[in-house]
Amino acid sequence: MSTATPATAAPKRSFTASAAVYVNERTSLAGFVKELGRKAFPDHWSFLLGEVALFSFVVVFITGTFLTFFFQASMVEVHYDGSYVPLKGVEMSAAMASTLDISFDIRGGLFIRQMHHWAALLFVAAIGLHMLRIYFTGAFRKPREFNWLIGWVLFVLAMAEGFTGYSLPDDLLSGNGLRIIDGLIKGLPLIGTWTSFMLFGGEFPGTVIVGRLYSLHILLLPALVAIMIAIHLVLVVVHKHTQYAAPGKTQNNAVGPPILPAYAGKAGGFFFIVFGVLALIASFFTINPIWNYGPYDPSPVSAGTQPDWYIGFADGALRLVPPGWEFVLFDRTWSFNIIAPVAVIGIFLVLAIAYPFIEAWVKGDKREHHLADRPRNAPTRTAIGAAGVTFYAALWAAASSDIIATHFKLTMEGVIHAIQAILILGPFIAYFITKRIAIGLQKKDREIVLHGYESGRIVKLPGGEFIEVHQPLDEYDRWRLVSQESYEPLMLRPNAKGKITAGMRLRASLSRWFFEDRIAPVTKAELEQSKHDHH
Amino acid sequence: MAQDEKSGTDIAAAGSSHAEHELVNAGTAVIDPDPFENPGFPPHRHRVTDENPKREKRAQRTVYTLFYLSIVGSIWAVAAYMLFPIESGDPTDIRLNNMFFGIGCALALLAIGFGAVHWAKSLMSDVEQVDERHEIGGSPETQAAAAKVFADADEESGFSRRSVIRNSLIGALLAFPLPAVVAFRGLAPQDQIPVPLLYHTMWRKGTRLALDPSGAPIKASDVTMGSAFHVIPEGLAELEHGKLEEKAKAAVLLMRLDPNDLHPSPGREDWAYDGIVAYSKICTHVGCPVALYEQHTHHLLCPCHQSQFDITHEAAVIFGPAKRPLPQLPITVDDEGYLVARSDFTEPVGPSFWERH
Repeated sequence: MSTATPATAAPKRSFTASAAVYVNERTSLAGFVKELGRKAFPDHWSFLLGEVALFSFVVVFITGTFLTFFFQASMVEVHYDGSYVPLKGVEMSAAMASTLDISFDIRGGLFIRQMHHWAALLFVAAIGLHMLRIYFTGAFRKPREFNWLIGWVLFVLAMAEGFTGYSLPDDLLSGNGLRIIDGLIKGLPLIGTWTSFMLFGGEFPGTVIVGRLYSLHILLLPALVAIMIAIHLVLVVVHKHTQYAAPGKTQNNAVGPPILPAYAGKAGGFFFIVFGVLALIASFFTINPIWNYGPYDPSPVSAGTQPDWYIGFADGALRLVPPGWEFVLFDRTWSFNIIAPVAVIGIFLVLAIAYPFIEAWVKGDKREHHLADRPRNAPTRTAIGAAGVTFYAALWAAASSDIIATHFKLTMEGVIHAIQAILILGPFIAYFITKRIAIGLQKKDREIVLHGYESGRIVKLPGGEFIEVHQPLDEYDRWRLVSQESYEPLMLRPNAKGKITAGMRLRASLSRWFFEDRIAPVTKAELEQSKHDHH
Repeated sequence: MAQDEKSGTDIAAAGSSHAEHELVNAGTAVIDPDPFENPGFPPHRHRVTDENPKREKRAQRTVYTLFYLSIVGSIWAVAAYMLFPIESGDPTDIRLNNMFFGIGCALALLAIGFGAVHWAKSLMSDVEQVDERHEIGGSPETQAAAAKVFADADEESGFSRRSVIRNSLIGALLAFPLPAVVAFRGLAPQDQIPVPLLYHTMWRKGTRLALDPSGAPIKASDVTMGSAFHVIPEGLAELEHGKLEEKAKAAVLLMRLDPNDLHPSPGREDWAYDGIVAYSKICTHVGCPVALYEQHTHHLLCPCHQSQFDITHEAAVIFGPAKRPLPQLPITVDDEGYLVARSDFTEPVGPSFWERH
């Protein structure tokens, strides 16, 4: 009995405490909790976009797992024998038939299927918006460049996940989507024909593509997405989140609610809100009603068909090619009506991934940046972003050119020509307008810092003159407006060898483009001077 | 203008810079020698739930009500699963099952979400945590220690010293995935050569034109002026294997126009029969079915990318990204008056490919 004495002498612990001790003694989690449990997590609505992406992926994962229990990734021909009367007896692939069964013969199946599709659409959309937030606030700057790369990879993977999933039911709409992919691949120089044969296991459509896409859709791609998300989040922890300049928030701290409990409460709750909103959408709004399209058949097609939204820009790029861009040269067919849009999309994506490195090279700034920029304070970057968004939007709109034409009673040709013009001119217009707006806002900020804001109080001076009283800012409000990075154009100087290289010239001209019309932030001396003027 | 590559001393005075940042090149950044000071955190403002016990109680009530509501939602969903069967196959039943089950799930989830967020925002402490940031690269000591690990490992293994071993290993590592790459050749059938397959379709001399999808042969007399038929080769519907692959190449659109409206080029005058023409239905752009026929203009439109073809001019492209006209299937009639092919297409149908010439 004496051996039991020390145990009984130990302080009595609650069940949770005992459980925590039990787990910790086997995992050493205490150090982890101590390190991360109270980490500050800066808060802002725009930081939620990445969370939406993460949470919708979780929803996609959960609902997708359910679907795998019923879906048959097989193109074996069967005669449909389910509950949906109009298709009874129709020949279709097992993939299509099992998708119909999920929709019509498994209770809750349609709900899960619709939630899966809606969540996938939201997943890609949230990644896109999250990327725009990162871009416009400069949150890709050192030390976060890798996370920009990973985020970009996730965006591409998400689109690939979306397209492979979209193609699985083997319905008429997705089959025509695959037909377009086949035509696109065949048009690529040198590798096209064989690549198509390898993808489809012979001639299009073949009998293997659904099974192959299924492997990618539920195994390879999700594994890559999960790995990328894990690295992405580990780096967020390592870097600590960015924050907007505010009183008390500096380059050297991270300020926000601690992970436990307040942040966990908010983010955990937000997960359920995202999940719940998707459930609500899935219960009321039909998505991808494959029973209306019927099984894939290479001959019929319905007018006004649309891909899922994130493929729109690629489909639009194909539509915008002017007639006649195909030549036979050296006894080979050069399909520039395919090569050109593929190249345009490729260049667009490469520019997106390369931008942080280009900007860092132009600035030459090797410091870490943890305060997010206000978009106005980086006018050229913001304007380039607006140009990119416009370019993407033009491609995207082109994917609906026929719908636009029929809805607004325009000619098909007129819509295409208009979007072609927008594709070329729109980015320039967006660039100039955005840059002017950003600079205008910077000027307004300067005004407010120097002369205060308009109080709306009109005062009549003894001389009969009316003036509006300007209220000076308090130091907290002022700090938000004066705390910003500022850069000047690079002065070209010979290097150590006394030479000016082409690279240096390029960098100097880019630097001039970026920074020549900068609005300098207010300095203390200027503020003093303006106070002096007022008295 | 800014001078680049200025040494850290230029920016040593930068107030916003952390002590560890000071020796880092700031590039063309403008460093204000006398910057504004960060005023520090504004005084903490208490929430109404911190100051008014009544409001705190109310918030507490809201949160637990939401959580109870979530339980109601879950029970609702389970009940809806049982109360709304779908076995009748009636679309209304499916819609009801989907909606009521979904509403229950949505309520269960949203109520947890709003409850937790409300709890966090109104009842949990809103005092913010302030964490110090440290240089991401770690301290110079850590970096030196890591460098030493690599140096020691290099020394102990001889990775740099024994260059023959190292290089042969690199070679082996580069070579070993090659068999895996080669194995992917099997993705395409070993016994098929793509190009000849792409050059030929199921159409032969004398193959009857049949209706899609029934497979019934078409008499020339059935094709009235202005009509259009979706056509497949006779026998395609009965194929055991490769039906869709054949159809993806052989699908044809048949139209009857006034023979005076047709403008056949030399050598193709007899490819039509009494104003009846047959064109491949597979778009020469990326292969969608060119299924929309505008009868009064005799134009064909591809709904995927809006290429338009003029049937009166041998399906020449008049708009859109396609380049080549739709291939024409030469047709005539047999003894019984059925429309038949005079031969296969004289060129590959469908999207362009590299080896096409």
